Order: sequence, then C-alpha cells, then structure tokens
Amino acid sequence: MQSTTLILILLAVMAVAFQLGRRRAFNLPGLSSIRELHSLPIYHGFYAAIWCGIPALLALALWSSFQTPIISQLLMNNLPATLTAGLSEAELGLLLNDIRNLAAGNITSGDISDELVTAADHYNHLQQVGFSSQTGVVFILTLLGATLGWRFISPELRARNKVERLLRWLLLISSTIAILCTAGIIFSVLFESVRFFEMIPLTDFIFGLQWSPQIAIRADQVGSSGAFGAIPLFTGTLLISLIAMLVAVPIGLMAAIYLSEYASPQLRTYAKPLLEILAGIPTVVYGFFAALTVAPMIRNSAAQFGVDASSESALAAGLVMGVMLIPFISSLSDDVINAVPQAMRDASYGLGATRSETILQVVIPAALPGIVGSILLAASRAIGETMIVVMAAGLSANLTANPLDSVTTVTVQIVTLLVGDQEFDSPKTLAAFALGLLLFLITLVLNVVALRVVRKYREAYE
Amino acid sequence: MSNSTQTTIEKVNATLERRYAKERRFRKMGIAAIAIGLLFVVLLFVSIISKGHSAFWQTHIKLDIEFSAELLDIGDRRDIETLSTANYAALTKASLKAIFPEVDQRKGRRMLYKMISIGAPYLLREMVINDPTLIGSHQTVWLPADDDIDMLVKEQTDRNLPESSRRLNDKVIGWVDQLMARGAVEKLFNTTFFTAGDSREPELAGIGGAITGSLYTLLVALLLAFPIGVATAIYLEEFAPTNRWTDMIEVNINNLAAVPSIVFGLLGLALFINLAGLPRSAPLVGGLVLTLMTLPTIIIASRAALKSVPPSIREAAMGIGASKMQTIFHHVLPLAMPGMLTGTIIGMAQALGETAPLLMIGMVAFVVDIPGGPLDPSTVLPVQIFLWADSPERAFLERTSAAIMVLLAFLIFMNLIAVLLRKRFEQQR
Repeated sequence: MQSTTLILILLAVMAVAFQLGRRRAFNLPGLSSIRELHSLPIYHGFYAAIWCGIPALLALALWSSFQTPIISQLLMNNLPATLTAGLSEAELGLLLNDIRNLAAGNITSGDISDELVTAADHYNHLQQVGFSSQTGVVFILTLLGATLGWRFISPELRARNKVERLLRWLLLISSTIAILCTAGIIFSVLFESVRFFEMIPLTDFIFGLQWSPQIAIRADQVGSSGAFGAIPLFTGTLLISLIAMLVAVPIGLMAAIYLSEYASPQLRTYAKPLLEILAGIPTVVYGFFAALTVAPMIRNSAAQFGVDASSESALAAGLVMGVMLIPFISSLSDDVINAVPQAMRDASYGLGATRSETILQVVIPAALPGIVGSILLAASRAIGETMIVVMAAGLSANLTANPLDSVTTVTVQIVTLLVGDQEFDSPKTLAAFALGLLLFLITLVLNVVALRVVRKYREAYE
Repeated sequence: MSNSTQTTIEKVNATLERRYAKERRFRKMGIAAIAIGLLFVVLLFVSIISKGHSAFWQTHIKLDIEFSAELLDIGDRRDIETLSTANYAALTKASLKAIFPEVDQRKGRRMLYKMISIGAPYLLREMVINDPTLIGSHQTVWLPADDDIDMLVKEQTDRNLPESSRRLNDKVIGWVDQLMARGAVEKLFNTTFFTAGDSREPELAGIGGAITGSLYTLLVALLLAFPIGVATAIYLEEFAPTNRWTDMIEVNINNLAAVPSIVFGLLGLALFINLAGLPRSAPLVGGLVLTLMTLPTIIIASRAALKSVPPSIREAAMGIGASKMQTIFHHVLPLAMPGMLTGTIIGMAQALGETAPLLMIGMVAFVVDIPGGPLDPSTVLPVQIFLWADSPERAFLERTSAAIMVLLAFLIFMNLIAVLLRKRFEQQR
C-alpha cells in the first residue's frame, strides 16, 4: 500500500516536471526565438519528466523486491537463541510468519511469548526504517534527476531524439514479453516435471496403464503407492476428442462448403455470424449444457434401448465439444475454400461437371491441405479443452473405448490435482505439471504442423 | 457391346438423372449441416433461458411484523451495538405463529419457521438500524421464502410425488396453499441475485461478488494487455528489423494463441503464486494470467489494424518533416485505434468467459463478501457458474442458468460494441 502511494506521488511529480521542463524550454535564457530550439518544447517536458521519474521508479522497484528478504534475514540473525534452537528450515519459516502476523496485529498460530513480542516490535521497527529510507532514497533520486534534467535543457539539446530512443526501447521490451511468457510456461512446467520424474520414472508415466494419484497417508492403506500411468488419461482424451471431431468435421465442413459455394449473399451474412456465436460461448456454459441437459438425455435414451450408460459418458462431453468446434472448422475451411481460384472451378464447369462434382473433385482436393490444417487446429483445441470435460466427464481413469462409459482426460486430472490445497513436494501435485508439459508439447506440435500446412497452401495460390 | 452403338451425348444423358440427384443430395446435406449448427444455437439458448428465467423472481411471503422491543430483548437501549445483536428471528417467528396459531408442537413450529429464509432476520436488522423509530410499530414486510418454498411456488417441485421423496411434506404445502389463498405469497424481482455474494442458501446467493471479481480481473487484464499489446504490435509492424529475433517473436505469438488455457493456469500457479508469492484467489493474479492469454489476440488484431492504414498517410506525415515516432503516434495510431480497440474488446470478451486457468490459481473459493480491491479473495462469473453447477439444491440450477444468461448478456454486449466499432471504422474509409 505504501509503495502504491509513493508511485502515485512520483507520477504527480513527473507531471509537474513535465510542465516545468516545457516552460523552461520556452523561457531559456538567451533564446531569441522558439525556432532556435532543436526540439519542440513538449519534448523538453517529456525529457525532464523522464529524468525526474525513471531513476526513482527503478530504485523503488529494486528496493521493494529486496526489502522483504533482507528484513527477514536481519530479523533471523537477531532472534534470541532460545527461539530458534533446533528448528528446521520450515519451522523457522513458520516462526517468521508468526512474527509477521503478530506485527500486523493478526491472529498467530502458537502462544505469544515475550521473545515473540520483542521480535515483532523489532520487525515493525525494521519495516519502519526500511520504508523511511526507501522514501528518502526515492526522494533524493527524484530531486537529483529533476536538477539534472533542468540543467540539461538547452537550445541545442536533442530532446526529441532522446525521448524517442527511450520510447523505442519500451516498445522493444513490450514485444519480448510474448517470448518471456513462452519461456515462463516452458520453465515453470519443465521445472516441476523434472522434480516429478525424479520420483516417478518417465517410462512408468508414459507407458503405465494404471492411474490412481492418491498417495496414502498411512503405509498400510489400500493403493498406498499411487500409480502414475498416463495411458488411460490419453486414451480418454483421445476418445472424447474423436467423438468431438466426428461431430464437428462433417457438419463444419459441409456448412463451410454450402456457405461458400451455394449460399446466397443474404444467407451468408446471417448464417455465418449465427454459427460463430457457438465459438463465442464460454466453455463453462457448454459444460453446464453437457452435464445437465445432454448427459441425462443420453442416459435416458440408452436406457430405452436397454443399454447401461454412465451419467458421465464420454459421448455427452464429446458431442457438446463437437458442437463447440463446428464454427472453428467451418470458418477456417470457408477461408481456404474461398482461396481456391475461380479459374479452377470454371475449367471444371466447362468440362460439363455439376457443382457437386466440381466441389468434390476439384475444389476440395485443391483446398485439402488447408482443410487438414484446420482440422488439426480443431483437434488441438479438443485435446486442450478443459471446462466441458471437467463438468461432464468422469474422474475414474478407465481404459475403455466404449463411448457410453465414463472416462477421464488429461485436463480433468490437472484440475482435480491442483484445485484445493497442495503441497509442492508430493508427486500428486507435481504429476499435474508433468501432464501439463505433455499437453503443451502435443498441442504445440499439432499447431506448428497445422500452421505450416496452412501457410504452405496459401502461398501456393497467391 | 451395347455401349458402342451409343453416341457420347447419349452416354452423358443417360447418367444425367443420377448426377443431378447426387447434386440435389449434396445440396441438401449442406443445408442440413447449417440447420444442425443453427439448431444447436437455438437449443442451447432455449435450454438455458427456459431454465434460468425464473431465477430473476424470488418468492416472498408477506408477514405482519411487530417490532416489539420485548421480543427483540433490547429494553430501552437503541445504540447500534444492541440493535445489531438483537434477536430478530423472534419477530418472524412471532408473526408466523400469529398466522398459524394451530401449530403448537415443537417439530411443527420448526417446520413453520423454516418457511422463511434464514436471511430474513438480517433484512429486519438492516431495516431497524436504518430507522430505529420502527421499534414499537407494526409493519407489513415482504420477506424472502426458503428455497424449497420458492421451488414449490414456481412449480419446479412435483407435488404429486410420494411425500417421502419430496423435500416438503404435505403439512408445509398446505400452509403455503393457505398463504397463497390469502395473497400473502408473491414473486418479486430478485435484487439479491444481483447484489449479494455467494451463499450456501440459494435464496441469499447472488452474483454481485462474482461480477465485481470479474470486473477487477478484467480491469487488471485490460490495463496490462492493451498497452503491452499495442506496443508490441507497433514494434513488430513499424520498427522490427527482419532478423531471427523478430521471426522468433512472431512464431511465438502465433503459438501462444493456441496454447490450451489450462497451461496458462499452470504458469500462473508456478510463477505468480509459488515464485512471486502473490496471494491466491486474487483478481490481480487472475488478471495477470488473463493478460498473457489475451495478448496474442490483441497483438494480432493491432498488427492487422496498423497494416490497414494506407501508406499515403505515413508518406504525407514524413513529407512535412515528422519523425518516424511522430508519424506513428500522431497519424497512424489514431487511424488504427478502432481496429485495435475491436481486437481488445474481443480479447476481453474471451477473458471474461475464461474459467480453466482461474481454477488453477485458486479463484474457485467460496467467497461471501464482495471483493473491495484487486487483492481481496474473490471469484469470477464463469467460476461462480462452475461452482453452482455442482450444487445439489434444485434452486441453484435455475440460478446457474440465470448467471449464464447474465454472462452471455455481457458477452453479447461486448461483441456488439466490437461489431459497431468495426462498422463505423469501415464507413470512415
């Protein structure tokens, strides 16, 4: 909270510095005409504001990130030996937490001893000192920057170039955030996965047929070892994705063909956005629809035929996921079908082919790479889809191909393993990261291949 | 060989019928595909609206409440503390007792009192605290009914089931019928649903907390994603040299757009919560995760918008001596802004509907209070839907559907703005 106020004050000071710098550029001593300035006065304003604010902001950021560990260290060193004797690292952490809570006036976990109160007072004192010196440093840097900026402003100052250079750096830094994000994903997932594979061998994970991540608290409990074989999860994921693709591909593709080859412009303008509504509906809504409308419907109609269907059948989740993917396939395929040159169609018509013959024998083969690409993209969506399966698919890892049975998927398991309290040293939690890594790799490969196929194809007709 | 006697045109004519039939079949398949797609849209909306519309009304029961100081057990004191701890449940109990004096057994009484929501005393407390002069007066008050009564009045509970498999027994149903005959039961607009936080009692639960949480989350995401996205687009489109680094950034952005959302949740958990030590369940962390998720959408849309600005604008600006930065910020950016805003709104709409990554960072908490800032524990609208969808109470089913209706309304509104913006933008050209 305190640093927020400090930042707000700094921003206000920067605004003042901007005005002052601009004024000064107008009233520079020895300036007979505004034309003698190298840059427009507004850039002198920006220049002054940057000098005034940026060093202080940087110092503030650095200070804030180092203050907590340093204070904790100081506090630890000053704790009386009676408190810290014989404590492990984790227990020390708890003690520190207690002191912090006590200092903030919150409830602590243990009894409050006098030593603890002294430590809390000490902690408060350190915080106070830290904050005052932080404010002092920021204040000095602001003043120093402002004076420097003030002195630098002169008719010859190339203020615009300098401000623009800084701006360009800011733009460059923003553009690297995308890379940092990918790197963050890879490292965070990889790091935890490596810890997982230290406990569970990689081969057990990839080729194991048994998935039961519960690790018993007592040694004599049933299933105490925990089994981490990912095969049932992947077959479950594939089963549901397959059902989804069986729904989405024919409907999506036929819709795309009809819209691009047959439909009148009016139908196109209305039907296309209406179909695309399906793509904009949040997946949690589909999940609700699958779990509470489609699944009971399937169970009841299966019961009519005397077949036993699970109320969390793979069919319900797959069917609804397929509906979600229809607009995905139809709009991507529509694009590639439209990209097929009209000349190819005309040639086919000229040979006497009907429209459907032209479509099936000329247009589709020509558009095939693009269509395959769109199907691959849809498949990667289906594999990574979470909410529909969390709400409509089951939790038990069955190794089955029966769509009326309940199966579980990779994403469902990630969610179940990570929702709620976790400890970050149990294989149960880390397994979620290993699954995440596999999921990331699979979808990445699918996407890279799909994008490459689509791009190659586009180049061929452009 | 009978074929040798036919001319080519005869051969073709012989197959024409079959080929035309095939053509008609193909066409019908296309129409069927579109019809099925649209049917699903209709089915989805009809199923949700038919389930959810009733949640916007809540059954209330009219009670004559005597605000007697004696029942409240407060004597002559009127200070806030006394007023807030007084026994308001006694008021509703006394009033119900007066309507049904024949109920005298303990068990029957308990069933009788349960007809009114357990939140009713708090409503009375609020009334009294706002206006202490009420004490001693008689007032007619509409109080929310319990969710089971609500379901009965809305005819979502089947009265014809055997008594043992119903949540309400015949006696209670009889009381409700008596009250209804007297005109003391009415469905009033359910303001609680829009203002309250989550609750275990369906009649007290609302989406107010979830909407506030969504708002904070989106605000954080917007404040971060829009500037960063636009800056990235400007750099890549206007400044980036064509080298491997730029190529890598571009490939990266395209791939990020297709990474499953749950993986972003894993990133948020490992990076923001475990490493940076930010609080769990906070809109700030949710906003950060959604920022990373929506960045690709915003960058791609912004680049397209920058590309569509005609080069003549740039050349004209450069021609009268503007620097490259000035050209971009004074001339190109204002023209590209509508396109960028459209992309941003669409990205925000995606973020609003996103659930999976937020489950990972602990936004599935049961939060009763309405969050007061981006660091308070909170939940968001889609997660609230997910939580309610799991609840066994029947009354939560209609509330889930109603929450979905609100969510969809927000999304339609946002997309509508995006479409209008794009239309206006195209007209200007």
